[in-house]
Amino acid sequence: MSGVASIHLVENALLVSIQDDVTDTEIIDLQDALSNRIADENVDGVIVDISALEIVDTFVGRVIAQLAGISRLLAAETYVVGMRPAVAVTLVELGMYLPQTRTALSLSHALAQLRRG
Amino acid sequence: MAEPQPDFLHKIIQRIDLRTGKDAVQARQVVARELKARGVSALRVTRFATAVSEIARNVIVHGGGGHFTVGLNAATSYLDVECRDRGRGIPDIEQAMKDGFTTAGGLGRGLGGAKRLSDRFEIETVPGQGTTVRMSAKI
Repeated sequence: MSGVASIHLVENALLVSIQDDVTDTEIIDLQDALSNRIADENVDGVIVDISALEIVDTFVGRVIAQLAGISRLLAAETYVVGMRPAVAVTLVELGMYLPQTRTALSLSHALAQLRRG
Repeated sequence: MAEPQPDFLHKIIQRIDLRTGKDAVQARQVVARELKARGVSALRVTRFATAVSEIARNVIVHGGGGHFTVGLNAATSYLDVECRDRGRGIPDIEQAMKDGFTTAGGLGRGLGGAKRLSDRFEIETVPGQGTTVRMSAKI
């Protein structure tokens, strides 16, 4: 795994923060690493913090959507937290609604939702 | 195809060779920096930087690499970006601009999306010779 994003276990979830200079290759590597950790650690959720991301284009959006699909097959929910308003507007303009992901405004909101099950 | 605006890229700020994902990241970061420095709103910075990211990736993935140039159009207050490759070109540009069209297994929203997110957008492509995209954001 590159140094771009480290994966942390917080309560029953895996937390990862994506950095703004992430490349296509690195985010695919991250998707692979997260998929393995979801299965290995039997977590209920994956929390992807994108607050550092100034843009989410169709490629990164697709990887996040795929990650949510993979997580669900492995019995975990994916939460996207920290999305900037400008990113949300742009994703909608691109026609990307990330239907499999659940969004939360912050990490603590995501963890609270996971605790409730 | 449309001729470029006569004052397009009037004052060049930076050129970047587009070969890897890192180059595409640098290109959209330069665009974001230049727009922010001119007081453009966060939403408009994100929209145009996203458009540039889509096109820069196309150059790398479909065009076999190419060149990115960013500059100013002082007369009309646009930040101009040109992305040029010498790849195989796009045979049917109208089809390629439609949402849902993809040749590389993607979502097929990149090209049409980039056009919607730009204030000015034109594409020139010659099959077998390459593609040039000229796109601008009002500053």
